[in-house]
Amino acid sequence: MADAPAPLAAARAGAGAGFWRRAWRHPSFAVGALLTAALALAALLSLVWSPYPPAEIDIPNKLAPPGAAHWLGTDSLGRDIASQLLVGSQNSIVVGVVAVGIGLVLGVALGCLAAAHAAAGGRWVDELVMRGCDFTFAFPALLTAIMLTAIYGPGLLMSIVAIGIFNVPVFARIARGSAQVVWAREFVTAARAAGKGPWRITLDHVLPNIASPLVVQASISFATAILAEAALSYLGLGTQPPQPSWGRLLNEAQTQMFQAPLLALWPGLAIMASVLGLNLLGDGLRDLLDPKLSRRR
Amino acid sequence: MGPFLLRRLATFVATLAVASAVVFAVLELLPGNAAEVILGESGTPEAVAALEKKLGLDRPALERYLVWVGGLVRGQTATSISYDTPTAELIAERMQVTLPLALIAMAITVVLALGLGLYAAARHHRLGDVTVMTASQLGIAIPNFWFAILLILVFAVQLQWVGAGGFPGWREDDGGGLVEGLKALVLPAIALALVQAAILARVTRSAVLEVMREDFVRTARAKGLSRRQALLRHVLRNAMIPVLTVAGLQFANLITGTIVVENVFVLPGIGRLVFQAIANRDLVVVRDVVMLLAAVVVLVNFVVDLLYAVVDPRLRHG
Repeated sequence: MADAPAPLAAARAGAGAGFWRRAWRHPSFAVGALLTAALALAALLSLVWSPYPPAEIDIPNKLAPPGAAHWLGTDSLGRDIASQLLVGSQNSIVVGVVAVGIGLVLGVALGCLAAAHAAAGGRWVDELVMRGCDFTFAFPALLTAIMLTAIYGPGLLMSIVAIGIFNVPVFARIARGSAQVVWAREFVTAARAAGKGPWRITLDHVLPNIASPLVVQASISFATAILAEAALSYLGLGTQPPQPSWGRLLNEAQTQMFQAPLLALWPGLAIMASVLGLNLLGDGLRDLLDPKLSRRR
Repeated sequence: MGPFLLRRLATFVATLAVASAVVFAVLELLPGNAAEVILGESGTPEAVAALEKKLGLDRPALERYLVWVGGLVRGQTATSISYDTPTAELIAERMQVTLPLALIAMAITVVLALGLGLYAAARHHRLGDVTVMTASQLGIAIPNFWFAILLILVFAVQLQWVGAGGFPGWREDDGGGLVEGLKALVLPAIALALVQAAILARVTRSAVLEVMREDFVRTARAKGLSRRQALLRHVLRNAMIPVLTVAGLQFANLITGTIVVENVFVLPGIGRLVFQAIANRDLVVVRDVVMLLAAVVVLVNFVVDLLYAVVDPRLRHG
């Protein structure tokens, strides 16, 4: 933007400031952004610090209640729950970022390809991509994960691949639908008349104009990925020991339910707060980026 | 209706065919082969060769695929390696738990969601609406297996009203019975239904609000219908399309969701079966259960497509 004329640059900066002013007054966005920021900060903090090493076993202090030494207590092997939760947040972030990244990159590429072909009068690429999406929906992430785990054994990578594959048609459909609308606009017709090819038009005009719905979906898919990873880890198909994960913490807590019921509370609350934050952030962004929709709500 | 039905039927069959090819191909692309994966590191070359023969791995892949699909269609499936029983028998037995569980959960979902969604729409922007929307936002964020654990903590551990898991069976001779069986499925069904009901209530609310702004609703009200009559007679039917779409997808989610919840409550359903099959490296069971679950998802989408046409006549003539 360095080459933008001064009044235009000032207008853009003003619009940006206006967006943030509106954003912070929007309750969903504000609460969602705070919870999401807390998740990101927890993951970052855990890279450099946690109250105890998360895998440190301390049998004399096993199943200790929450207190000054162990804020959220300890598990059946005396490991500090707060430390495991902090380090476990890294997992959720990694799975969310990579699985949504896979869906976003492949899905948007396929969606834009389908829309560009349809705009050029072709039908079969569009049809193929859309039928492919319908078909992929027949395999929820859990089913894909089961198949992959049966072959390659459990692990974080299998969870990420399974959740990522499920995200591809989600983004492809949104990208294709939004891109078709952009391809019908006058400025695209003008760009075509000026001799720009479909590849250039997609990069210069389509992608910037379909970013909003994709950002909203990315936030919601991030939340779904955290839930799916937690479920897979709970079943033992996802993250493996000694790496802590929220899902596996819940699995271990269930075996101690009669002696230490509180153990089952913390990981669940962490998952719920993260998912709630990302969902609220997505809702807020949808309202802020699509004022038409916001007025109808 | 004829061409519409035929088109949908063709898509349904084609999707099933591709799904079966993918499931077969994924399990064919094993590192090594199925016999080596099943026997693991302990398998001697002789044992691997014997199992390859038993599984028919010495025959061409296309022939094996056709034999498998043909067997699925006729209900004559391969024999499970760990249970030494045809998978169709195993699946039929386990479905006696999974299917009622999913159906009860779906019933709870629909009743709760329609009730709450309609209530919230009728109280738009008032306290009732805000309360339902806040509760549903929380409901969507709760992992169903955590909610299941919380239900066990409250109702089994603290109050001791029900057992913490297990299934007594449907037959009284085995110590179970209809009432005992249903009692064992109530908490798992509630755990499964909560998240889905939260999502569906939001969809119902926004669909109802959308339709309430239509001219024909204003006309109905102008004719003298009360708000409640207009809502029940005109709005609900027209708001059903998005609600049906989501409810259809949710039934598929409930079926796969049972895999997790059955493991929390130790219920001997399809979810436990496939989970144990993974642990036992029983790829025959994994393949057939995954195919069954994928087929259920495809079937539910097909039925939802047909229901659209029943609800909205424009679709079947379009």
